[in-house]
Amino acid sequence: MTQVELQEKANLPAHGEQPKVTHWREYFSFSTDHKVIGIQYLVTTFIFYLIGGVLATAVRTELATPESDFVAPDVYNSLFTVHATVMIFLWIVPAGTGGFGNYLVPLLIGARDMAFPRLNAIAFWIIPPAGLLLLSSFLVGAPGAGWTSYPPLSVVSGKPGEAIWILSVLILGTSSILAAINFLVTIWKMRTPGMGWNQMPLFCWAMLATSALALIATPVLAGALILLSFDLLVGTSFFNPTGGGDPIVYQHLFWFYSHPAVYIMILPFFGMISEILPVHARKPIFGYKAIAYSSLAISFLGLIVWAHHMFTSGTPAWLRMFFMITTMVIAVPTGIKVFSWLATIWGGKLRLNSAMLFAMGFISMFVIGGISGVMVAAVPFDIHVHDTYFVVAHLHYVLFGGSVFGIYAGFYHWFPKMTGRMLNETWGKVHFVLMLVGFNMAFLPMHKLGLEGMNRRIASYDPKFTTLNVICTVGAYILAVSTIPFIVNACWSWIAGPKAPDNPWQGLTLEWMTTSPPPPENFEKDPVLATGPYDYGMGDRRTQVEVPLDEPRNPVLAAGPDSVLRADPDPAVAAHPDDRQGESHNR
Amino acid sequence: MQGSTIDPAKTALNYHHNSEATVEAHGVEHHDFRIQGLIVFLIAEGMIFVGLFTAYLAFRAVAPSWPPEGTPKLELLLPGINTLILISSSFVIHNADTAIKKNDVAGLRTWFAATALMGAIFLGGQIYEYTHLEFGLSTNLFASTFYVLTGFHGLHVLLGLGAMIAVLWRSLKPGHYSSEHHFGVEAAEIYWHFVDIVWIILFTILYLI
Repeated sequence: MTQVELQEKANLPAHGEQPKVTHWREYFSFSTDHKVIGIQYLVTTFIFYLIGGVLATAVRTELATPESDFVAPDVYNSLFTVHATVMIFLWIVPAGTGGFGNYLVPLLIGARDMAFPRLNAIAFWIIPPAGLLLLSSFLVGAPGAGWTSYPPLSVVSGKPGEAIWILSVLILGTSSILAAINFLVTIWKMRTPGMGWNQMPLFCWAMLATSALALIATPVLAGALILLSFDLLVGTSFFNPTGGGDPIVYQHLFWFYSHPAVYIMILPFFGMISEILPVHARKPIFGYKAIAYSSLAISFLGLIVWAHHMFTSGTPAWLRMFFMITTMVIAVPTGIKVFSWLATIWGGKLRLNSAMLFAMGFISMFVIGGISGVMVAAVPFDIHVHDTYFVVAHLHYVLFGGSVFGIYAGFYHWFPKMTGRMLNETWGKVHFVLMLVGFNMAFLPMHKLGLEGMNRRIASYDPKFTTLNVICTVGAYILAVSTIPFIVNACWSWIAGPKAPDNPWQGLTLEWMTTSPPPPENFEKDPVLATGPYDYGMGDRRTQVEVPLDEPRNPVLAAGPDSVLRADPDPAVAAHPDDRQGESHNR
Repeated sequence: MQGSTIDPAKTALNYHHNSEATVEAHGVEHHDFRIQGLIVFLIAEGMIFVGLFTAYLAFRAVAPSWPPEGTPKLELLLPGINTLILISSSFVIHNADTAIKKNDVAGLRTWFAATALMGAIFLGGQIYEYTHLEFGLSTNLFASTFYVLTGFHGLHVLLGLGAMIAVLWRSLKPGHYSSEHHFGVEAAEIYWHFVDIVWIILFTILYLI
């Protein structure tokens, strides 16, 4: 019996009733079902992605020619400021954590819902008003001081848009903290009997690390924004040098959140890639514990590197040295992940479907962004390329090449589970190719532009940069067009795509052990772990443990001999489920 | 039902109350993780204060003189008394927890009312101090940080008072709190201790050092 059959048989429902499917009206209501909330997050944030994309296209149109002729310079400032804010706070962060996190975490750990369903719904429902609030700033004078909103520029420009920016980011931060509380308690307390920390799917490890970061870093941003709003609205001078204040303190507080924020934006996708690769490579994940614990290492290191954004802000040399070294050290746990992924697909029987293509695109693009990240971590190099397009290229390779490719990989992988329908593979591949070409055309030339000294955040530039900028702009348009096959494919398949089986990819994690889409409570009973989450291709090993599948269904871990998840004949693991939860699951 | 006024039957997908219906439907009892949630939430709250304290200390570290010259000296007597009242209230509120664990609802009400009164005196003292200070919000950097830090803490005291009044209100309903079910009481108490600890740090760095 293969692992898939073993796992599925272990989780057969006790009686053969057809489960209820979530009604479509539920998606437009204040539902407390984590799956509904997850999809609400994904659809809402995708709409904001399209809005952010329109703003980005406007930015690139302006930059197609050296002269500032498409929009006025201050409109240009607003365009890139709102573009960045929307993409970060309304797309990548909420899509990765709120969208996929909400949908997947309870399913992956075999829980019926999140720990605090109503809190979960609230965390989602404050996002659309905050997003609309941010966009409404265009009516009264949109913020134009960049997504960092550095004082004194953001204060002296004094537009109402800056106040709106602060308020909407505070609301979005609140949502992020509420979601983090929910994830931490859910993963901590609600794993199915028999699922110890080291039997937990890697996405949950990633969400654990992400939530811890969000919980620790986001409130500090709130503190900084409270002080900034006093400067802006009441006339204090926390960050105004003429009143004795210090703008550098704002930068420290801001980056104490915003550097970890890049890990809040990428860690969930690290987790998702770790789920997708073994399924489509039909191999056990390489280095389970290394991948799991490197997430924690990344989030710890992520908290102590913020000042690398401030190498040119008058930071003393000894401090720059500290931040340079800690920043470069992050490449170690990140490299551990990348090499583990490569070792996972090495020699595997790859299924090159859309999800796998996007996952491999994610690794390739993220590695380019990671390498340029190590480059800018070096103080002398950073001083050279500071505030140039090199930095723009780096951050887009990490956040677009990483996060957005990751979102799509997850989307193609879990679409059958979410909707009960299969996506069209051909259109998925067209989407992938267009996006890969458009993305690299748009952002690869920016490395050269930056090295040659083209400044970011300025609407006009030296005519010698024209050719490369035209290539970037054409790439941006291709990137914009690449969204169309995706939207058409997703909408059409959701309504009329072929019906998806419960486990179309023959996965071993628990979300595939329920129906597609899952019924409102996910599982009839606590699901049973018949294998480790990544024990692909281990079925023929002679030491495979036979799992008793008759009632009562004791969870038995039947990991293969080479799996890091393999359960040794340890009484603590093999005993009755009630005895096996230890302190982590107080039932 | 544990300390909540929302009827689980009315929230279609609320599985997290030990109502008999859910236990029957799944054969499994659902657990209540609200205390864990509260603790995690307070870590986040604490980090806002960490951010603000760090900002204060950073301003102080780079300023040529601190507080800036010409700032009137802070009086210690009133805030000192206030501090003593707030610290004592943490001991007072603990008695409420002990009382409810013995099913003594009258004791719970007495101790909560006493704590709320002490909190109110603290807030009143803070407002009195504000009105008698010789500097305003934007006089200088010290004044601004002073008002923002103490004001933000005062807001938390006010929220704590609100929580206590809510518990007192709910305790009027017979059987709402018992030795088994008293999450609201415990939550208000933990939160109050948190407010207290933050004040001790705040008092130390603003008034003493």
